[in-house]
Amino acid sequence: MGNDIFVLVEHTQGAVDAGTHELLGKARELAAQSGGRAVACLLHSGARAAADGLAADAVLAVEHPALEHFLPEAYVKAMAALLAEHEPRATLIANTTVGMDVAGGLSARAGVPLVAYCTAIDLDGDELVATSQVFGGKLNAEVAVDGAAICSVVAGSFAPAEGGSPDVQDVAATGLDDLTTSFIARIVPEVSDVDITAEEILVSVGRGIAGEDNIELAQELADALGGVVSASRPVTDGGWLPKARQVGKSGQKVKPKLYIAVGISGAPEHLEGMAEAELIIAINTDENAPIFDVAHYGTTEDLFDVLPALTEQIEAAVSA
Amino acid sequence: MSPVLFSIALAVAGGVFAAILAPRARLLRNAAPADRFGDVRERLRRTAVYAFGQKKFLRGEQPAGLMHAFIFWGFMILSLTVVTLFGRAYDEHFYLPLLGPDEPLGHAYTLLRDLIQVTVVIAVLYALYRRVIAHTPRLFGFQPAEERLHAETHWEGILILCLILGIMLGSLLHEGARIVEFAGSADTQAEKGWEPISDLVAQLIPSGSAPTIAELGFWMHNLIVLTFLNLLPLSKHFHIITAIPNVFFGSLRPRGALPKDDPEAPGKFTWKQVLDMYSCTECGRCSAVCPATASGSALAPRQLILDLRDDVLGRTERVDGKVVSNDVLWACTTCMACVEACPVGIEHVPTIVQGRRKLVDAGEMEPMLQDTLQNFATQGNSYGKSSRMRARWTKGLDFKIPDARKEPVQYLWFVGDFASFDERSQEASRRIARILHGAGVSFGMLYEAERNAGNDVRRIGEEGLFELLVEQNMEAFAGAEFEAIFTTDPHSHNTLKNEYSEFGAMKPVYHYTELLTELVENGTIALPEPVGVKVTYHDPCYLARYNRITDAPRRLLAAVGAELCEMPRNGTNTFCCGAGGGRIWMDDSKLVERPSEQRVKEAARLGDLDYFVVTCPKDLAMYTDAAATVGVGFEVLEISALVERAMGTGAPVAVLAGEQAV
Amino acid sequence: MDIVVPMQQTVDLVEELELNDDGTDVEREYLKFVANEWDEQALEEALLLKEATGGTVTVVGIDETDVDGTLFSALAKGADRAVKLGGDFESGVSSHRRAAILAAWLGGESYDLVLVGVQSPEDLDGQTGVILANLLDVAHVSVAIGVQPHEGGVKVSQEFGGGVVQELALSGRAVVGIQAARQAPRYVSISRVRAAMQSGALEEADAADVDASTGTTVRRLYAPESTSHAEMLAGDADDVAARILEIVRERGLVKTGG
Repeated sequence: MGNDIFVLVEHTQGAVDAGTHELLGKARELAAQSGGRAVACLLHSGARAAADGLAADAVLAVEHPALEHFLPEAYVKAMAALLAEHEPRATLIANTTVGMDVAGGLSARAGVPLVAYCTAIDLDGDELVATSQVFGGKLNAEVAVDGAAICSVVAGSFAPAEGGSPDVQDVAATGLDDLTTSFIARIVPEVSDVDITAEEILVSVGRGIAGEDNIELAQELADALGGVVSASRPVTDGGWLPKARQVGKSGQKVKPKLYIAVGISGAPEHLEGMAEAELIIAINTDENAPIFDVAHYGTTEDLFDVLPALTEQIEAAVSA
Repeated sequence: MSPVLFSIALAVAGGVFAAILAPRARLLRNAAPADRFGDVRERLRRTAVYAFGQKKFLRGEQPAGLMHAFIFWGFMILSLTVVTLFGRAYDEHFYLPLLGPDEPLGHAYTLLRDLIQVTVVIAVLYALYRRVIAHTPRLFGFQPAEERLHAETHWEGILILCLILGIMLGSLLHEGARIVEFAGSADTQAEKGWEPISDLVAQLIPSGSAPTIAELGFWMHNLIVLTFLNLLPLSKHFHIITAIPNVFFGSLRPRGALPKDDPEAPGKFTWKQVLDMYSCTECGRCSAVCPATASGSALAPRQLILDLRDDVLGRTERVDGKVVSNDVLWACTTCMACVEACPVGIEHVPTIVQGRRKLVDAGEMEPMLQDTLQNFATQGNSYGKSSRMRARWTKGLDFKIPDARKEPVQYLWFVGDFASFDERSQEASRRIARILHGAGVSFGMLYEAERNAGNDVRRIGEEGLFELLVEQNMEAFAGAEFEAIFTTDPHSHNTLKNEYSEFGAMKPVYHYTELLTELVENGTIALPEPVGVKVTYHDPCYLARYNRITDAPRRLLAAVGAELCEMPRNGTNTFCCGAGGGRIWMDDSKLVERPSEQRVKEAARLGDLDYFVVTCPKDLAMYTDAAATVGVGFEVLEISALVERAMGTGAPVAVLAGEQAV
Repeated sequence: MDIVVPMQQTVDLVEELELNDDGTDVEREYLKFVANEWDEQALEEALLLKEATGGTVTVVGIDETDVDGTLFSALAKGADRAVKLGGDFESGVSSHRRAAILAAWLGGESYDLVLVGVQSPEDLDGQTGVILANLLDVAHVSVAIGVQPHEGGVKVSQEFGGGVVQELALSGRAVVGIQAARQAPRYVSISRVRAAMQSGALEEADAADVDASTGTTVRRLYAPESTSHAEMLAGDADDVAARILEIVRERGLVKTGG
């Protein structure tokens, strides 16, 4: 086992994800503890330039046509080869779609233990100790690994590090020629609807809204406030609002000045997308809903009573 | 008269009638079986009361009800006239035995006949007035749910009424002319003075044309009767033939015990359901009292039965293979007002639940309802909360309610979901616990072993889930020692009392208002401080209409010293809050006006009230919301709050009410 | 297309999660278990795919608490076969061990596709599906929100943050981790589940004895201390609305006249 801390760089044709910088921030810290380097693993096709500016001591750049898009099979195989050769002390992978496709596969292929859903990682001698968020965020697990480990990391857990001029080393790709996965298309949602990431006020509806027709109540409030309606996953899955309105891990990350969470319980995947809003007001009849742990103000009054009352009072105030 | 011609007419009419009835009879024969032959005594009693006694007409809306009763009784007597006039085709002086001019009942018959004919004419004229001039809304269909009925032409009713008039007129002409024609005969002399109306008609008839007019009256009467007979099955007036049997074959099960589907033919209509469809006379008494219809939903019970009838008779095309849309079936609150109102014994609610069973089987329901059913299946309660949270509401008590599984108790309190989990009702539950504890009543609970009783689950149409819940509760009952059960929730009360016994032996089941009333009346609970407030009382459907418990809560209100001011719709005629039959877990935002809001307005029209008293946890939730939405001058209060106040131990009643405000 | 859907039983998160004596796991003996919600999504997607292409759906579960109910429910929904793998699973099953057992069982089965829930509430050592795929050495796609027939194989819609979707074609056997089926999992009436139970159509086999250590040690489980909690607004709906108005007004978020 070496002392290096590996980070899988997540990028879209060279545009590096914010989460990668967070991992590099932690990797540098851990590398300082272990006496190794923070090493970024860049799997790419013609996007070597992405290596510049990564806050890593070194970059291992693997180039292959199969790495132009994210093909899970290719990523796992390429990473497995790097781990086999370099035997890093720890490998940090974001708990994103990419991470969920790579971390477990890498663990199986490379035979390296994996701790998923990490929110904290520490080194203690030969041990790595991580905090993992499990049971739907209801419990934390303190997990120890003796020796090398892979950690998949929940977004927002660590402070990002940017800027640097790492030593970039090109590595030959192996085993990526016969894949059964191929790329068809990448579909970016049309922004013609509304860009919720650019809005200052969001009235966000969740499962508690109970029916497509009730979204009107939230819309009226949003209109009164001059904001727009966003939603949690069950609402967009139900087709009640366009996908582009979804806040959360698989939707948009938002930081509005005001976020009114209506009938949203606050699953970790949702909180990930809105916890940084400046002012969060939650309306949910379940007093134990996790949303109240991130909200600044909350009420357990029925949303069907609060929304119309609030809309009315705001309209009265605006026209006063 | 012409025996040959009349025989031909009779044969043709009889043949056509048989040809029309044959397929109807076939439909009945091919329908699923229904066990409706037992306890003939009780069936005859009901037939006497409801069919021949016209009870629902006499108790319902007036003067329409009286009008119908007179037409009905008229026809009972006049059927004798029909037979007599048929007989006159063959014997000019035909009388039925005992009814001849010089026979014992002769005078009574002719007098009654004449008077009844006039009464029927008046009643029919009033009916025509309602149809043609007053345009009584109930007769033409309530919108939006009865749009189809509303759009139809309504000449059929008018035609039938005109035919009845024709029959009366024909008979009067015939009898009047006979008085002239046979002026000197012994028969005429014998009947003199006993047929006053015919006498009046006779005075208008010139003696020369009397035989012709008698014959004309004969033909007019007899041909219209034969035509009428054949129009009956083709129109809503088929009820004249099927209504009495439909009442006779009515369900003898308790109102609160839903029938199961026939496992051999699930979802198939029984012959009694088909007979229901035949019997509907489109009077609209069901739709007029239906909370779903009144709140602008897709359901009107009359339209539902008519749609099913038209489908059974092959009169309509199905839409997407469906006779009745899902919205219609899901709109029902199972409040039973339609069944209660129907004069001909149609059982709408079981038919609706049967339709829902098919929808549940196909998974066709709104997401919120699906989530709720899932919660019942996994957690045993509608809230999806852990069963260990069920008794958490007791935390605010300074005593421990015994666990009936661990120590014997007299009463097992079946608390129910709402009273256990709804914050507003939890306060009421604690209050009831304090009162009973203070009164030294031996009572306990099942704690986490209690499951939802399944009343509403069954009415949603999830029969399997209902059975599962019954099994779980029965198992819990078996592991506890108690003498009787009392419930907070009228819905739980209903199924425990009426349906559980089909799954095993059950102890007596009471509603907590019955228990409190008994304790107050036998002096166990003293009420030294009369509350002196003015209240109205809302009868829960499942207590009043389903189980006829209307008296106990009123006696309790009297005992606490409350002045009761009744709403127009009270007792078994109560109006549903809109939450029953699983509606509470369905979207009600599309309703024009929620039933609960209509009800609160009904109470508001009574004038100054202090409290709107409820005895059902769902009512507490529904009406607290409705009162806030409507904005009324009274508060919604659970009845035990008044009891505690009158006991002089609790806080002022205004504070108790405040605890429950939204 | 023959599809296999592994179904996992997980702790019902509705329950208060009690810990075992040494605080390293939940108290499995007393907790209630339900089907992993993502596995339910995978089953729904499998049934939709089967309805579109024909073939079979086989559900397979290891003998965890109340797995029978989950498997019978799947049969009632339209799965063709249900298999229960027996063994000692009382102290919980890691994703690595679960994947190894499934891989061993799948070795004796003919199948085209494995659809599995993208994650579970307790997959501390990684998601089962992706580990399984790599043990089987077949392709894998995570966070799928749709699987449809495509040129003899399938086309998988894979979801990324920001609502971006990538479509991938899979030409051979594969394991797909389902985030959400194209429609909400169907409701199945208890009568149908009971009918399935009475049919007794549950196949049983022994789970393979696998050596699958995770290499991780759980030192302790604990409830996260919430660093903050919302200030709860008191009063009825109108009071609450008035307070909210006041709060947003203070921050200049309501442009009021007067």
